[in-house]
Amino acid sequence: MKRQIPVVLVGVFGLFMIFQYFVPHESSEWIYEFLLDWTIIIGIFAMALGLWSLYRVSVEKIKTRKPAWGYNYLTLVGLFTMMLFGFTTQNGEAWGWFFPFMVSANLVLVLVIQATVTKDMRGLFLSLTAVFFVVCVLIIIFDDTWGFHFETAEGLRSTMFRAFFDNILIPIFATMFSLLAFFIASAAYRAFRARNVMATLLLLAALIVMLRFNPYFGPVSPYVNKASNWLMNVPNLAAQRAIVIGIGLGIVATSLKVMLGIERGYMGKG
Amino acid sequence: MRRSTLIVMIVVLLLFVLSWIFKANALSAGEDNYIARGFLITFAAFLTLAVMSFLYQDNPFYKFAEHLFVGISAAFWMCMGFWTTIVQNLIPRLSTSLADFFQVPQQAGGLEPFFFTPVILGILLLMRLSPKGGWISRWPLAFIVGTTAGLNFIRYLRSDFIKQISSTFVPLLGRQWEGIGPFLSNLDLSATGQLVVLISNWVVFLGVFCGLIYFFFSKEHKGAFGFGSRVGIWILMITFGASFGYTVMGRISLLVGRITFLFRDWLGIIET
Repeated sequence: MKRQIPVVLVGVFGLFMIFQYFVPHESSEWIYEFLLDWTIIIGIFAMALGLWSLYRVSVEKIKTRKPAWGYNYLTLVGLFTMMLFGFTTQNGEAWGWFFPFMVSANLVLVLVIQATVTKDMRGLFLSLTAVFFVVCVLIIIFDDTWGFHFETAEGLRSTMFRAFFDNILIPIFATMFSLLAFFIASAAYRAFRARNVMATLLLLAALIVMLRFNPYFGPVSPYVNKASNWLMNVPNLAAQRAIVIGIGLGIVATSLKVMLGIERGYMGKG
Repeated sequence: MRRSTLIVMIVVLLLFVLSWIFKANALSAGEDNYIARGFLITFAAFLTLAVMSFLYQDNPFYKFAEHLFVGISAAFWMCMGFWTTIVQNLIPRLSTSLADFFQVPQQAGGLEPFFFTPVILGILLLMRLSPKGGWISRWPLAFIVGTTAGLNFIRYLRSDFIKQISSTFVPLLGRQWEGIGPFLSNLDLSATGQLVVLISNWVVFLGVFCGLIYFFFSKEHKGAFGFGSRVGIWILMITFGASFGYTVMGRISLLVGRITFLFRDWLGIIET
């Protein structure tokens, strides 16, 4: 029962999704829409599972004093702070006791972690946790300058959530990706040599496409633009298409294996 | 912690505070909450430089930015998922009072009790945390895997296989003869003249065909088949080169964006 029922469910739902494509009836489409929505909703619960997993892995690293374990506090504090910002917003102009609430809530988190990872002073940490927890509850009860809302029909209301997104997430994300420019350039400098026909083709194609973005080419630039566009739209399209056909066949074969119960890796062990 | 590391950290902290003060001062003329804004811009600049410091070597500032990013991005996606899917998509279908509480518009066609099923399946998924009842989480997982497999089967068969093959069957000999003049005119790579289009069509057709030959490993690549495979890899090399060039330029534009942020938004050296 532990392994058979999931295999049957996968087969039934997989075959239904294939079958419904060939039934152009509104009830079939209705069920199809339902199932798609259901999948997305269940996915959010999977995300919650992922967060719990992140918490456990981080606490485990702190507990076993893995290399660079101290930074895991930062991960958890960042996670918790952003979650709090994601579920709260100002009611008016003033923030009231919101920031003392945030500090107390983060202290609760850190003290809970400390109580989990240490054995010696667990009582002390738990007592302090209780104190800060009470502070948080009191602020929630008596401070009405902010509340547990986030988004309304008018749109996003949480300014701190937005500020963290704009000033923390975006800079790190964009800089991390921009760093790849240096690494790719360094790898290209070492690896790009026109040793044979294939390497020369690779080099020339890369060069033409890169030159296309250079604004300082003056009279040559229209020709470079045309050559680059042709490369992207014709030979590139052809090879991409060959790759995509291969990928498509691979996905179809894997889906079939999953639906027929040949591939059961998603069930894990046990 | 080494003494040199400690000194570097203190210097960075001092620079951060100085930058915050100067930035807040510069913003004080035009903005109400200039202290918070000054802090956020300084912090964004610090994080940008912290990530860039990885070019030298792995260091505590990079680790700081990396770990902060993991935590905040996880929470960001969780919050977005909750508010856009659970609150906007699920709650109005299940309860009018909850919809009022979350200030979201109620469902036009009335409540849909069928939507309790994904909630139950979602809760079953959380059973994975239970040591004894973890196996129950396979049921919702099976639902997701099954529907996704069925959906992908049709979707990829259509878009990545049938559609790609049908698009490869392009006119190789021209549709209609319009005379030698129009045939040879506009000898330009971006032209729509017949000759250029025909050449492009041949390249597309042979490129796809030879590319597929290269990926066919059930027959030894010898003779005519081997030649086709060699042409296939030439075409693939052009693609890899073009993709490489495109990726590099994409990353360069991101780098330009970050440098613009540092010199314009943070330091104020570049005028807007």
